[in-house]
Amino acid sequence: MEKTIGNKTVNVSEDGYLIDLNEWDKDVATAIAQEEGITLADDHWKVIEYLQNQHKNDVPLTIRSVGKSGVVDIKGFYALFPEGPLKKASRISGIPKPVSCI
Amino acid sequence: MTKNIVILGAGTAGTMMSNHLRRALDKDWKITIIDQRTEHHYQPGYLFVPFGVYGPEDIVKPIEKFIPDGVNLKLGAIDKIYPEKDKVVMVSGEEFDYDILIVATGTDIAPEETEGMMGPHWQKDVFDFYTLEGSSALAKKFRDWEGGKLVINIVEMPIKCPVAPLEFAFLANAFFEQKGMRDKVDIVFATPMSGAFTKPKATEKLDYLLNEKNIEIVPDFNVMAVDGEAKTIMDYGGKEVSYDVLVTVPTNKGSDLMERSRIGDELNYIPTDRATLQTKVKENIFAIGDATNIPASKAGSVAHFEGEVLLENVLNYIQGKDLKEGFDGHANCFIETGHGKALLIDFNYTHEPVSGTFPFPGVGPLNLLKESRMNHMGKMAFKWIYWNMLITGRHLPFVTTKMQEAGKNFD
Repeated sequence: MEKTIGNKTVNVSEDGYLIDLNEWDKDVATAIAQEEGITLADDHWKVIEYLQNQHKNDVPLTIRSVGKSGVVDIKGFYALFPEGPLKKASRISGIPKPVSCI
Repeated sequence: MTKNIVILGAGTAGTMMSNHLRRALDKDWKITIIDQRTEHHYQPGYLFVPFGVYGPEDIVKPIEKFIPDGVNLKLGAIDKIYPEKDKVVMVSGEEFDYDILIVATGTDIAPEETEGMMGPHWQKDVFDFYTLEGSSALAKKFRDWEGGKLVINIVEMPIKCPVAPLEFAFLANAFFEQKGMRDKVDIVFATPMSGAFTKPKATEKLDYLLNEKNIEIVPDFNVMAVDGEAKTIMDYGGKEVSYDVLVTVPTNKGSDLMERSRIGDELNYIPTDRATLQTKVKENIFAIGDATNIPASKAGSVAHFEGEVLLENVLNYIQGKDLKEGFDGHANCFIETGHGKALLIDFNYTHEPVSGTFPFPGVGPLNLLKESRMNHMGKMAFKWIYWNMLITGRHLPFVTTKMQEAGKNFD
């Protein structure tokens, strides 16, 4: 479905995740983060960039793998994106909902 | 000239492949299977041990009993795989050269990954049920337990048999009801997922069953540490859950062999093509079962369905043909719900479990995503099927490798 985020119309899934990463930009990310009650700072952007790169390389993401990435540890990841860090960070990064759960 | 296939691991997947390959290949191919254990365990049986349904005699058989004639079984620990030399080296120093390697080393629990998990409380107040020791210790604990707060916790995904923790909760509910002490036991299910299971439609149904059985669900709970003295588990977000008995499903990891050989991911799973089962390490290395990193359930049924695809692709590889993208992620799992009933789910990479009938569309006799006695009988019959058909690589009657879409109620 289509949704207006910030001042841009993008395609999102039922859960509000971007369908096409090409529609993502920093304004979209900032607007989604606002919906989640998060104000993006440098540390957030580093994580977002890491998640997007992993996604582009087809690497499945887990909280553990993010924690071992060297970009942020698990505690820090929770501090940046409280409660569901991987879900929230994925949505803000414009990548699909994590399917760590199989 | 003699050629060599080496299979690492003689569990469900490896044993099955040794049977498949011995039947399919002529005597020019020497098949060696390596494992350090002498026992083959029927792992789906662990779930029933804490409740006194199965004992060790139902679960343990000698490993060599299921390895066919004409396959060389080597007992011992493997030190390293050398992909560039097409060689496996044992801890003893003995070496095995291979033309084709099949990695079937499975997955195991790693409780030491969680701070405070191991300690004097291990197998006293904190138990696993993914080992025979763990589930036997729990059986002993439950025999004269007077009640309290029973917390079932999944540390992180992926885990072997993702439905087992739920089944454990359901069976515990029925067990304490039958003992006439359900009012003295609080059952809590704390999970890192947002609900009971990994797929939305099944989660809806299973969340309903948890509620109906008065099992409290604590979602989005990612354990950071266990405090064995205070009997509390804490998550990264600051939440705490106290327990009297903690039944943990610890972090699952593949074999350390992957780390030593530098071919695994951060959980020691081997990167593998999800459709062909060829690893991304080298073209003559294949992987099957829980050892891979493919996004399918870690379960015996999955290994079974993979087996038929892998056999075909090993033969394709030998003949220099293209590999077939034959594996669709098919899983088929019974979910025990207690009091002689069970659910059945059937799904793959693209289709989540839905309601319907199985294996005959519109007929059954098994019901998908619905509690029934027939499903429970299917689960109990599975033990016989496992020992007599599954690990010896026989095709299961009526059950197809690719998931069937007929007879299912998709939206």
